[in-house]
Amino acid sequence: MADVGNCAGCHTAAGGRAFAGGRPLPTPFGTIHATNITPDAETGIGTWSREAFVRAMREGIARNGMHLYPAFPYDHFTNASDHDLEALYAFLMTRMPVQARASANDLKWPLDFRPLIAGWNFLYLKKGPMADQPGQTAEWNRGRNLVEGLAHCSDCHSPRNEWGAEKHGQAYDGAWIEGWYAPPLNAHSPAVQPWTADELFSYLRTGLSARHAAAAGPMASVTQSLAKAPDADVRAMAVYVASLMADAPSAHGNRPPIDHQELADKAHPAAAALFAGACAVCHDSGAPMMQQGRPPLSWGTALHVDTPNDTLQVIMHGLRPPAGRSGPVMPPFADTFSDFQLADIAAYLRARYTQQPPWPDVLKAVGELRRGGAP
Amino acid sequence: MTALSRRNVLAGGGALVVGFSLARGAAAQHESKSALPVDLAKSPMLDSWIRIDADGKVTVFTGKAELGQGLRTALIQVAADELAVGPESIELVTADTARTPDEGVTAGSHSMQDSGTAILNAASNVRALLAEAAAWRFAMAVEQVEMHDGAAHSLNGQSATYGELAAMLDLHVEAKPNMPRRARSTVIGQDLPRVDIPAKVSGGQTYVQDMRLPGMLHARVVRGPSDGTRLKDQNLDEIAKMPGVVRVVHEAGFLAVVAQKEWHAVKALQRMQSAGWVRPGEPLPTTDIRDTIRKLPAEDVPIFNYPGPPAPTDGKVVKARYSRPCLMHGSIGPSCAVAQWDNDSVTVWTHSQGVGPLRKSLSELLRLPLEKVRCIHVEGSGCYGHNAADDVAGDAALAARAVPGRPVRLQWMREQEHGWEPLGPAMTVELQATLGGDGKVAGWRHDVWSNEHNSRPQTGGGLLAGMELGFPHQKVRPIPMPEGGGARNGNPIYALPNASGVFHFVEQAPVRVSALRGLGAQMNVFSIESFMDELAHAAGADPVAFRLAHLQDDRARETIQTVVDEFGWAKRPKGGGGHGTGFAFARYKNLAAYCAIALEIDVDRESGVISVERVVVAVDSGEAVNPNGIRNQIEGGIVQSLSWTVNEAVGFDSQHRTSFDWSAYPILRFPQAPKKIEVHVIDRPRQPFLGTGEASQGPASAALGNAVADAVGIRVRDMPITPDRLKTALANRAGS
Amino acid sequence: MISLTVNGKQHEVDADLDTPLLYVLRNDLELNGAKFGCGLGQCGSCTVLVDDKPVFSCLMPLAALGNRKVRTIEGLGTADKPGPVPAAFETEQAAQCGYCIAGMIMRAQALLERNNRPTEAELRAHMAPNLCRCGTHMRILAAVRRAAVAMGGGVQQQAEAKP
Repeated sequence: MADVGNCAGCHTAAGGRAFAGGRPLPTPFGTIHATNITPDAETGIGTWSREAFVRAMREGIARNGMHLYPAFPYDHFTNASDHDLEALYAFLMTRMPVQARASANDLKWPLDFRPLIAGWNFLYLKKGPMADQPGQTAEWNRGRNLVEGLAHCSDCHSPRNEWGAEKHGQAYDGAWIEGWYAPPLNAHSPAVQPWTADELFSYLRTGLSARHAAAAGPMASVTQSLAKAPDADVRAMAVYVASLMADAPSAHGNRPPIDHQELADKAHPAAAALFAGACAVCHDSGAPMMQQGRPPLSWGTALHVDTPNDTLQVIMHGLRPPAGRSGPVMPPFADTFSDFQLADIAAYLRARYTQQPPWPDVLKAVGELRRGGAP
Repeated sequence: MTALSRRNVLAGGGALVVGFSLARGAAAQHESKSALPVDLAKSPMLDSWIRIDADGKVTVFTGKAELGQGLRTALIQVAADELAVGPESIELVTADTARTPDEGVTAGSHSMQDSGTAILNAASNVRALLAEAAAWRFAMAVEQVEMHDGAAHSLNGQSATYGELAAMLDLHVEAKPNMPRRARSTVIGQDLPRVDIPAKVSGGQTYVQDMRLPGMLHARVVRGPSDGTRLKDQNLDEIAKMPGVVRVVHEAGFLAVVAQKEWHAVKALQRMQSAGWVRPGEPLPTTDIRDTIRKLPAEDVPIFNYPGPPAPTDGKVVKARYSRPCLMHGSIGPSCAVAQWDNDSVTVWTHSQGVGPLRKSLSELLRLPLEKVRCIHVEGSGCYGHNAADDVAGDAALAARAVPGRPVRLQWMREQEHGWEPLGPAMTVELQATLGGDGKVAGWRHDVWSNEHNSRPQTGGGLLAGMELGFPHQKVRPIPMPEGGGARNGNPIYALPNASGVFHFVEQAPVRVSALRGLGAQMNVFSIESFMDELAHAAGADPVAFRLAHLQDDRARETIQTVVDEFGWAKRPKGGGGHGTGFAFARYKNLAAYCAIALEIDVDRESGVISVERVVVAVDSGEAVNPNGIRNQIEGGIVQSLSWTVNEAVGFDSQHRTSFDWSAYPILRFPQAPKKIEVHVIDRPRQPFLGTGEASQGPASAALGNAVADAVGIRVRDMPITPDRLKTALANRAGS
Repeated sequence: MISLTVNGKQHEVDADLDTPLLYVLRNDLELNGAKFGCGLGQCGSCTVLVDDKPVFSCLMPLAALGNRKVRTIEGLGTADKPGPVPAAFETEQAAQCGYCIAGMIMRAQALLERNNRPTEAELRAHMAPNLCRCGTHMRILAAVRRAAVAMGGGVQQQAEAKP
């Protein structure tokens, strides 16, 4: 369950001990530091009873009665079943205790005043657990329970209002998270190929869909976590999410890869040369990676959304699986190319591999990413 | 040996040279040639090995090759020491079919034992001849001549340089056995800095990949992604018209493209690859390759049989099964060769470990008489056994044949090396032993299954290009003991009664396999040394004490004791909670170097990641020519073996190899390297050189497996011990 | 003809714009240091410095260079007079086959010019993009530690956050 919820994703600092907290989470309201959820008595949750744990997960209230910030997505975890929360509790309480105190949060006034959260909960928290939907398979319901619950997918994939709550009626319409754009997972999905349950399962499990692209940014962490979750649970999640996208344009049939090379070469001759020398060796149809069944660039959703951001992130910073594991690898190009070259390449990719109009302000997006640092 | 008196020599007068030769020839008749070290016996003429110019420059010839193991420096040291010249005055010529003695293949850690010993003896012979010549010239007894710094000196102040003396000699004479060595070594035993490193840290032209010959063209060979696949047919006329393409070479199943510029060859290759590929033959089995091999028909080849009374029927029986997957050589620099045809002969510059056998294979492939083919070794990147070096030589020779007179440089791409190189075979070992009432082994049985580890080309069909041209495939036979292939080190060094072992040689090879560093030794030692720990545990004994109780070889015992002392084995922390220590020992092939390893690890139980904190090693390589070189090879073998043991397994699906590049076959990177390795070299001056390059692979794997068992109480017997495998094992134990 | 500055010297080469810098260095300028290891940005054998930053020259097309300055191992000294980083590698005898070493030296040079007091963890993470198959890692790290001292700094052991 911890892998489904990717607890470690937020509750482990870079290079830190598992679940010991300390990772800073940037929010529009300031920076929150994830707490230590190892069973350390003093600095972790070692003294928490199961009831206290469940109350935190369902209501966002800590053992000492303090309100937790909804950056901790208890508004989703509330949907989890009793059984799953019990299992999660048992798991966390048997981890290695680590003595570590998270840094103080850095929130703008008056948001550092926790009791305000009670008001937020009143408006936005629908306490769980979630009931099954009749007329759907057991697998679909299990998937829904996990996706809406512990996996808290809409936490990143749904737009939020000014109070940081998910906008009503816009579930899975896409949103920004930590410098990445999480695309819509509903009928507005811009994916080119269908997100079938099988493709989603492959993507969530391995970080790669042969009909889409590799997981990058925050999704890389999610898929690395889900790689360890039970098969049946990940499949159930895939079934549910696939159903959310049943009415997306891509759902209606497979399209061959788009490649307007001549057009793109003419419109962006400098970028064409850069692509030929830097990218084609992996991404050209004759390249070893492509001959091994990796997806063509035109099938990657990042090129089709309205922002060049995710495309630029991947080009600049690359992709890397955890040490010693096999998986898609892409070297970083931030030092190879200038800002202008990066923008030109992004524009070239958009022109060559999509039918979409050019992105506006690509150079500006590069500049912002340069200032923002690594994802 | 008969002293040549002044009178004898003066009486000889102008027939000095002949006199020397005759005298030596006569003496030689009384000694058996087989008393010479084996490689010297094969090429007994001294000038095959050593020549001295009038200006005193010494040229030494070896049939072996520098593979990055430091051989060039070590052989220079041997020659310099025994000849009594400074190492800087020696030029070493390595494997060249036109110039050097035939010493077979540079493999099996034989170079010091074979070439080193041959050169040592040849140098002793040459020095003796120089001394005799000096004695004659000084009109003194040879005992009154001192040889040092490239000159002979008499006690009464006369001197003559080797250059001057050599002009008086004919070195085209046979070596005599048992020539005395110089009394004192001044170069052997020194940590002489490697002579090749200065160029390697300053951009010197070192590797075959760096060769540039006038008019040289660049080529790429064109194949499917991996062993057993081929590209779909396509219109080659289009390719021939691509910018810079000089020739598309298409003969039967062989396809290559030749261009003026290397980048154009690469682009043409990529265009051809976009045609897609197929697997024309049988699909690959979808079960794990080691299980497939285990079940294929096998020929039983006995490895060893130690006599002893039958084990007691009430003895404790311990059984275990170990395995490893196919492993990749994974040479950092993809294989490369340069070939040039001149009229009806061809020269190939190659990093093959065996220029002689390669030459024979090429002569068949190209339908040329042997004397029309010349293979010259030039360094490549580390090969660790039979990688693609020979295949690429065949590819380059065929590509060059299409453009006679022009040198052609052909390098494989990364994915071609990953896809086509012969792999280290998957292996399974089953061990069973009985402990007697005294807590010692009373019976032992070792069974090992694998393909044989030797497809080194001897014929045209042993090269990939040869297979593509329709030459019959080379047949593979088991390598006999005491060397062994799959059987290597299957015979334990321990004094075990009632012990036997069988190599189940599986001839059918679903995937292309051949020799990988250590051959069967890495797996057999991993198994035996893991099993010794398991037995020790069953007997309630300390793992090191248990081994010593079964070990009579004094040098083995001393090697082990050195590690015990340096590691602080008696005071090691108690294993558990993720922290543990492990020990292992082996003598490579039971003939070469002795190596004992103890290491300490930390296992993160959340992630299954192993951190190697400390490694302590002792190695006995006989006379240590260059102790730092020994340490370098041992450290390297350990780090490489850790990568094999924790990270590596070649992946397959029904159509091809899925480990197509480093992303799909991740080897150890810096963050994973141990914190500390210390190597203690036990020097044995004047003892025979013992091969060292492969000595640490097996013990390192086993020591790690033993440390994991100590750290988390789980015995992992199937390599690789990946974080996932360990994590799953830990979770299963927790859940059960 | 395309102009580029390598090791302080300007060159004109006749090569296609999309030619990766690696081939230009090796074939047009006849420099041996940077090597072809994979051409995929996965092994670092081709590492050179471009405006002081380490890049994979196998994936840097000539057209990307602009006015930026390239440095290769040939620019760090000669066999007789090596700079501090190559000298340290020689002292530590940090090579077996040596094929990866030029890339290692350039990667290390970039680090030590920017920060000659890295922690051990930073050092290992910095060198991670470069592969060595011979297992020379211990000596390579020792060489970089030695070079750090020669350049006025030194590698720190980082104090670990203990439970």
